[in-house]
Amino acid sequence: MTAELDLVVTTTEDLLRSHPPARTPRRDFLAAQFDAGLAWVHFPVGSGGLGVAPPLQREVTLRLADAGAPDGAEFNRLGYSMGAPTLAAWGTRAQQERYLRPLFVGDERWCQLFSEPGAGSDLAGLSTRAVRDGDAWVVNGQKVWSSLATISQVGMLIARTDPEQPKHRGLTYFLVDMDAPGVEVRPLRQLTGEAEFNEVYLTDVRVPDSARVGEVSDGWRVAMTTLMEERVLFNRERTERTPADLALELYRTRPDPGPELRTRMIDLWVRARVQRLNSRRAAANRTAGIPGPEGSIGKLVYAELNQDALELCLDLLGDESMLYDSYEMSAYTEESLTRRAEQDVRRLFLRSRAYSIEGGTSEIMRNILAERVLGLPPEPRTDKNVPFSRIPRG
Amino acid sequence: MSTNDARDELRRVVRQFLERRSTESDVRRLMEDEAGYDPAVWTTMADQLGLQAMAIPEELGGAGFGYQELCVVFEEMGRALLPSPFFATVGLAATALLECGDQEAMKRHLPAIASGELVATLAVGEERGGWDESAVDMRAQPSGSGWTLSGVKRFVPDAHVSGLLLVVARTAEGLSLFAVDPHSAGCRVEVELTLDLTRKLSRVRLDATPAVLVGRAGQAWDGVRRALRFAAVALACEQVGGARRVLDMTLDHVTVRHQFGRPVGSFQAVKHKLADMLVDIESARSAAYDAARAVAERDADVELAASVAKAVCSDTYTRAAATAIQLHGGIGFTWEHAAQLYYKRAKSSEFLLGTPGHHRDLVGRALGI
Ligand SMILES: Cc1cc2nc3c(=O)[nH]c(=O)nc-3n(C[C@H](O)[C@H](O)[C@H](O)COP(=O)(O)OP(=O)(O)OC[C@H]3O[C@@H](n4cnc5c(N)ncnc54)[C@H](O)[C@@H]3O)c2cc1C
Repeated sequence: MTAELDLVVTTTEDLLRSHPPARTPRRDFLAAQFDAGLAWVHFPVGSGGLGVAPPLQREVTLRLADAGAPDGAEFNRLGYSMGAPTLAAWGTRAQQERYLRPLFVGDERWCQLFSEPGAGSDLAGLSTRAVRDGDAWVVNGQKVWSSLATISQVGMLIARTDPEQPKHRGLTYFLVDMDAPGVEVRPLRQLTGEAEFNEVYLTDVRVPDSARVGEVSDGWRVAMTTLMEERVLFNRERTERTPADLALELYRTRPDPGPELRTRMIDLWVRARVQRLNSRRAAANRTAGIPGPEGSIGKLVYAELNQDALELCLDLLGDESMLYDSYEMSAYTEESLTRRAEQDVRRLFLRSRAYSIEGGTSEIMRNILAERVLGLPPEPRTDKNVPFSRIPRG
Repeated sequence: MSTNDARDELRRVVRQFLERRSTESDVRRLMEDEAGYDPAVWTTMADQLGLQAMAIPEELGGAGFGYQELCVVFEEMGRALLPSPFFATVGLAATALLECGDQEAMKRHLPAIASGELVATLAVGEERGGWDESAVDMRAQPSGSGWTLSGVKRFVPDAHVSGLLLVVARTAEGLSLFAVDPHSAGCRVEVELTLDLTRKLSRVRLDATPAVLVGRAGQAWDGVRRALRFAAVALACEQVGGARRVLDMTLDHVTVRHQFGRPVGSFQAVKHKLADMLVDIESARSAAYDAARAVAERDADVELAASVAKAVCSDTYTRAAATAIQLHGGIGFTWEHAAQLYYKRAKSSEFLLGTPGHHRDLVGRALGI
């Protein structure tokens, strides 16, 4: 561990010396970071990593943030935190070479084409079809709630390749070129006014077999990696201000908040601190590459804590909370990503309703913890061991 | 007919009317509309249903029903999310006029409110926000035989369509109530962009604007405070109506929506949430109905009952609407779905007339703790 730590620290210092962040263009810095193996330190050498323990990434991230270096994850959260680990676990060497570097340096943004109108919590119930045609697959179906799809180049897709197998078994995982013919993205307006998520229609989209991740009909296991990483992503340690920080700032500007708000503020601050400790401990314990179902703890806590924090922000803001900045329908652009950080608390407050839905609902997180972590018997299911084609769908 | 039967009948009539005239697409159209309400609906409410007149005494052009009947109407309006200056006019302004006991002002304005000719509102809060005495800085200056007002009022419901603004301001004697014609010199009404697009709030700027004193100078706060509490009861009834509507909407959804080969409403996690929602709403309803009765009967502790109702119904509505979004999943987070309209109304009406925290504080004071 100490040798690994030394390696990580010296490599990071070397990078900062050879590429001073203040004088290095963003893309150049990220390219050098990738080549130095500091993109994901636990990935193999040559794939953006150094082959060391995953918790050591934190040493890099903190040092780079301190030095004012660009953050490769910032504009491509889904690619950096979900796509890359999925490729590291299941991708071929050729796929890792093709995708990881462009993903990290900011040439290709990723989105997630999992949910469908009929398959949300029950993701394995999806019905988008992929049919083999020579050395390619032909994909037809509809995805929904696909965040950032308007500004993404690569889509993580799961599709059904064998409807005669039980639902979890006939699925295959692909990477779709979002610019390919037959991919149509239609923005969906959210209750905040903007359109961060989208419907994605796939009509006779040809996906080369070389863009298949994992074995045919083994897509569920691949997708689980993506989903586990997604849950951890919610609970990652943040460098930006959290809703609890915002609440404390607002609290300090209020002349006389009174005892009720004071108690709530303190309670929230304590919860936020514990959440941070929890995620730090979970990250430190993460010796294996892929997080387990315990990741649901962080996702659950994150959602509820931040919803409560933003509610408190509004209560601290007082009657101004009855106002809003703009409901104008705006499509999501590159710029929206930058703007996100300095959003109005009222917008964040409305956005926070999604925290307990996106990335798996809080009800599903509790089911996972009860059944997969605590080992309680599952609810009776009738849809598990029959061919997908024979499951009645409502 | 017993009183309860009569109220049920009233509820039935109002609900039927609003189901026809305040559909979701009407609500959405009016959200984008400058006036923010449908004048034809307003007129029908006055001419055919007599809703504006309901709780105004007969000798002032009203129908002389009690506050409980009026609260049935508010509950139904909350359920239908009716965008209308009804709350501002009937809930706030008419109540303030009645509670301030100025016979001349009542005779001048209440018949016009009762008949639906006059839209009116009450302006209390200012830049700091808040709904109690300390929120008011605006000064009134004597001028000839009358007064002028200068200053800024905030969060005034439906001021942009009102023909009469009742404004609380300070004179040398203390807090006083004034009638202002918004068309007079120096008065500017600016509509703000609201979280809840179904109820418009304005900033009202007054600059040496002529005003007529209502009641006695320095004696207004008792009446205004009672009016604010009574209006909070009307708002609490609106909240109960909205909360029940989101419960109904959610019940429909979880019955139809299937995941894992069964209706999502068959999962206990979902059932328990809905059961809790029901318990919440029934409790809120008890608090709201009791407060409406207390207003009607002029209970000695009516203000306590009003604060209990406002605190409980505010919390219940927001929680119910948030749960509704949650149990709808992704679709509940979209602009197209109605759940968000209720969520925004719920959140915003928490603040209107004082937050649940403020009202709990008032309860504490009433208890002497
Ligand atoms: C802002 C936002 C961004 C998103 N981004 C993406 C994206 O980029 N890519 C993508 O693929 N998806 C995305 N999603 C979709 C998200 O993953 C789904 O909305 C979510 O999994 C829930 O599915 P659903 O909407 O179909 O709700 P449903 O599954 O229909 O759930 C409805 C309700 O039933 C409950 N429920 C369902 N099953 C059970 C059960 N077994 N036990 C108890 N309760 C249950 C749920 O918790 C929920 O409350 C996004 C969603 C949002 C809101």
